[in-house]
Amino acid sequence: MAVPNFETTIGLEVHVELKTNSKAMSPSPVGYGAKPNENTNVIDWGYPGVLPQANHGAVEYGMMAATALHAQITRDLHWDRKNYFYPDNPKAYQITQQERPIATNGWLDVEVDGQTKRIGITEMHVEEDAGKNTHGNSGYSYVDLNRQGTPLIEIVSEPDMSTPEEAYAYLEALRQAIQFTGISDVKMQEGSMRVDANISIRPVGSKEYGTKVELKNLNSFNYVRKGLAFEEERQAKIYLAGGQIKQQTRRFDEATGETVLMREKETADDYRYFPEPDLTPLHISDEWVQAVADKLPESAPERRQHYVDDLGLEPYDAKVLTQTLEMSDFFDATVKEGANPKRAANYLMGDVNAYLNEKQVDLQDTELTPAHLAAMIKLIDDGTISTKMAKKVFTAITKGEDPVAFVEANGLKQMSDPAELQPIIDDILDKNEQSIIDFHNGKDRAVGFLVGQIMKATKGSANPNVVNELLMSSLQARKPE
Amino acid sequence: MDFLKTDLATLHQKLVNQELTVTELVEATLENIEKSDENYDAFITIMREEALAAAKEMDEKGVPADQVLAGIPYGIKDNIVTKDVLTTAASRMLENFKPVYDATVIEKLRDAGAIGVGKLNMDEFAMGSTTETSYFKKTKNAWDTTKVPGGSSGGSAVAVASGQVPYALGTDTGGSVRQPAAFNGIVGMKPSYGRISRWGVIAFGSSFDQVGILSRTVKDNAYVLNQLAGVDEKDQTSSPKAVPDFTANLSEDLTGVKIAVPQEYFGRGVTEEVKATIEAGLETLKSLGATVEEVSLPHTKYGVGAYYILASAEAASNLQRFDGIRYGYRAEDAKNLEELYVKTRSQGFGEEVKRRIMLGTYSLSAGSYDAFFKKAAQIRTLMIQDFQKVFADYDLIVAPTAPNVAYGFGENADDPEITYMNDVLTIPMNMAGLPGMSVNAGFSNGLPIGMQFIGDQFQESKVYQAGYAFEQATKLYEQTPGGAK
Amino acid sequence: MAIEKLNRDAVENVASLAKLELSDAEADMMTDQLDKIFDLVKMLGEVDTEGVEPTYTPVQTQTVLRDDVAVNAHESDALLANAPESEANLIKVPTILDEGA
Ligand SMILES: [Mg+2]
Ligand SMILES: [Zn+2]
Repeated sequence: MAVPNFETTIGLEVHVELKTNSKAMSPSPVGYGAKPNENTNVIDWGYPGVLPQANHGAVEYGMMAATALHAQITRDLHWDRKNYFYPDNPKAYQITQQERPIATNGWLDVEVDGQTKRIGITEMHVEEDAGKNTHGNSGYSYVDLNRQGTPLIEIVSEPDMSTPEEAYAYLEALRQAIQFTGISDVKMQEGSMRVDANISIRPVGSKEYGTKVELKNLNSFNYVRKGLAFEEERQAKIYLAGGQIKQQTRRFDEATGETVLMREKETADDYRYFPEPDLTPLHISDEWVQAVADKLPESAPERRQHYVDDLGLEPYDAKVLTQTLEMSDFFDATVKEGANPKRAANYLMGDVNAYLNEKQVDLQDTELTPAHLAAMIKLIDDGTISTKMAKKVFTAITKGEDPVAFVEANGLKQMSDPAELQPIIDDILDKNEQSIIDFHNGKDRAVGFLVGQIMKATKGSANPNVVNELLMSSLQARKPE
Repeated sequence: MDFLKTDLATLHQKLVNQELTVTELVEATLENIEKSDENYDAFITIMREEALAAAKEMDEKGVPADQVLAGIPYGIKDNIVTKDVLTTAASRMLENFKPVYDATVIEKLRDAGAIGVGKLNMDEFAMGSTTETSYFKKTKNAWDTTKVPGGSSGGSAVAVASGQVPYALGTDTGGSVRQPAAFNGIVGMKPSYGRISRWGVIAFGSSFDQVGILSRTVKDNAYVLNQLAGVDEKDQTSSPKAVPDFTANLSEDLTGVKIAVPQEYFGRGVTEEVKATIEAGLETLKSLGATVEEVSLPHTKYGVGAYYILASAEAASNLQRFDGIRYGYRAEDAKNLEELYVKTRSQGFGEEVKRRIMLGTYSLSAGSYDAFFKKAAQIRTLMIQDFQKVFADYDLIVAPTAPNVAYGFGENADDPEITYMNDVLTIPMNMAGLPGMSVNAGFSNGLPIGMQFIGDQFQESKVYQAGYAFEQATKLYEQTPGGAK
Repeated sequence: MAIEKLNRDAVENVASLAKLELSDAEADMMTDQLDKIFDLVKMLGEVDTEGVEPTYTPVQTQTVLRDDVAVNAHESDALLANAPESEANLIKVPTILDEGA
């Protein structure tokens, strides 16, 4: 809820960890779960005499992100040092791109309340992540450098958002755009996506922006939204009481839903940036840009377009399927295995989603495979199983079972062969003369009764479509004199 | 064993012919160092066990006939990291620091079978030109122990000039190989920036630093560069340029070689003896067939100021990693992190290092960057353009290496003009990344005077060729400290 | 663009950025010495550098990059052994008071 008589200005700085094999400036592996300092070497420790070794993959992933965010790739650039002392920053400088960021002038379209708004992206740079400090309570802190040097991209938006909802929608769009490139997991809870928000408010009509407050340690999109909403009100109250907003860094307290002062900035930080003399300047050629564009997987909007135009899906369904890369990839793979796209879409949006929700798991952590789902759909389409039987088959494929073998082993095959069904139908009709008379007297109920009898006789395995067809022609044939 | 009467090729033959075992050679070398270093204080660490173990191994394996450096000892400036061997950069900050890896130059020399015998004294973190800023000791000039050895590679120069080792590694950020070579009457080569990997060289000014070689003769020097030069994936600024055989085409004939002499390198502060010696040296070069003409490098006088800004800025940043957290000195009784930083750094660094950190930090700080750092980087461009103009018409530049001969301890700050000229003569090559080599050109009152041969980028061969012809014409290397002839 | 003489406040600000603590005598000495260097630096103002590209490195190669191949050096034990203090594979430091940069 915006505060009456004020307008809000929000800009976001998002850090995204790249899924390269090795670190931005050293060959150490990138990854989680190792014991402290296990994934480190002399470069990560900032040993005397070491030099950085810039990673081709990190630069290329940066270019992929730039392309996905519709940004201009800077063709001639260099690395810079950002100097500050901190235990998780071993060289006391971070290698980043200050003067010539790898990309500028991007944008993302976001949708809020049915309206589309374009949010500008000022710049994007590739840089190295810091290690991790933990704070003990015995007068010591502890440093783990495993994360030190993990490549990051920092994405700085224009201050184009005017509500917390827009900020939320921008983050969703950004996550989706990055996720579809495959360069990052973009997971807030795992820290592979991190958000800092700048927010100021000013009275409507005022030309000058208000004083910026920076929100840090926002651990979910929801907290971003809540933190910004809290700030709008907090700042408005100060204004209305005749006070002045101070330039502060605040954090969001999850328990109270409030923002809390971390520190007040009187003077700007002095990072003493200068070009990194240990690395060569970079030139990004036309050929490299083209090669990256060719390598880039289809974006979510491109996939949606393809689903609607080529596969005949409803736009809404296409949107649901492209909400995450995993779902979209799964769908594509299922279709590629020969499944009917509409039925595949319905299964993914219906049974599969319900299953994921119930089990609270991600798609890639299940035993479901596109091949199994496609095989099951084919069994439905060719009449081998009924949609009702498919329920059992679905449960089986969530456990990794092969649907064809499962149907075979459990006798779930539908009877669809007229030669097999006709004698049964004849037998039922022989036993139910009255129903034939009722049918010909216009009592439709009779058909339902007869189908019921046939299904009973076949223990439910008869293909209802075939039964219907055969039954109708048999009834016509037995028209009483 | 001292190395004053023999060159690498001769020694190599003796080892190959088994007139001498490597162990005998190394033992004699260590014995001489341990004795003579009481006079010179050139060494911080003597690698006795490591050297003898390597010697034994080499004797067992046999000395390869195609590897001129095999089995021969050498010295290492103490800002080049050596695995498990104390590496201090002559600073209290690294008083007890044992690196866990070897510099690329150390690996390459080991590959050649060369045997490191010790770590050599220097100005703290290579900041200085007398070796007096060392935290540990004052090294004495090989020709006169009451005089400074020059610096910052003072220990390396003295160890070679006094015959303790046949060659030593130094580093040169603004003259730190060439000037002590001049002060000790030996050959000191700073190759082109990028010619030798900097991996494992404790950084001072990253865009200036280059490993250099101090040796008794030009050819010895070229043998070592052959082994050290080449691209290294661990140093992305190392050059992929092809490495020629630097010992090839060394002759006594300089016919057709065009030498430029910059007028700015003979300004006030260069002593009359030095001027006269260099002028005589130029006559010698002419007699060998070279042509000599005066040229101008108009931005020379701005070089010193620009250098101090740029190199100090890089140094301030490079030396931020010394914080008492991961290695090296840590101040005691720090109550919190801020105190740990401030106390460690204030106690661990000496005065000269702090002064450069302060200057460099100031140059980069908010509001100063454009007037200081960026301006200096633009001057650097103009200096490079000056050199490009000269090298379009000339093969080499020849100039004094230092404005004067070695002086007494504590006297370096006495004459600002001499101090200034000292920088003028060597800094421009680091600004432009050019190769520069000092060769002894004569004496004044028994103290050597160096002549500098400067080439265009990656033209070390031309530098060696001229230096060799000059050296063979003068045979000054036959004169050794102590008046021995 | 005039370069002012350094005053004590500026020297102290720089010292705090560089994490150095200077005694009064050192600060005085530093102020004097830096002033001398600034005289040299002031000379740079004489040079017209309008439109001159700055040179940050003499290196002429571009775009030297390492292939994205991971190599674990397995040297964390040796590295931790050099740390003045460590515990449970972590580097130990006196408590960090503020919440970081
Ligand atoms: Mg930033
Ligand atoms: Zn960042």
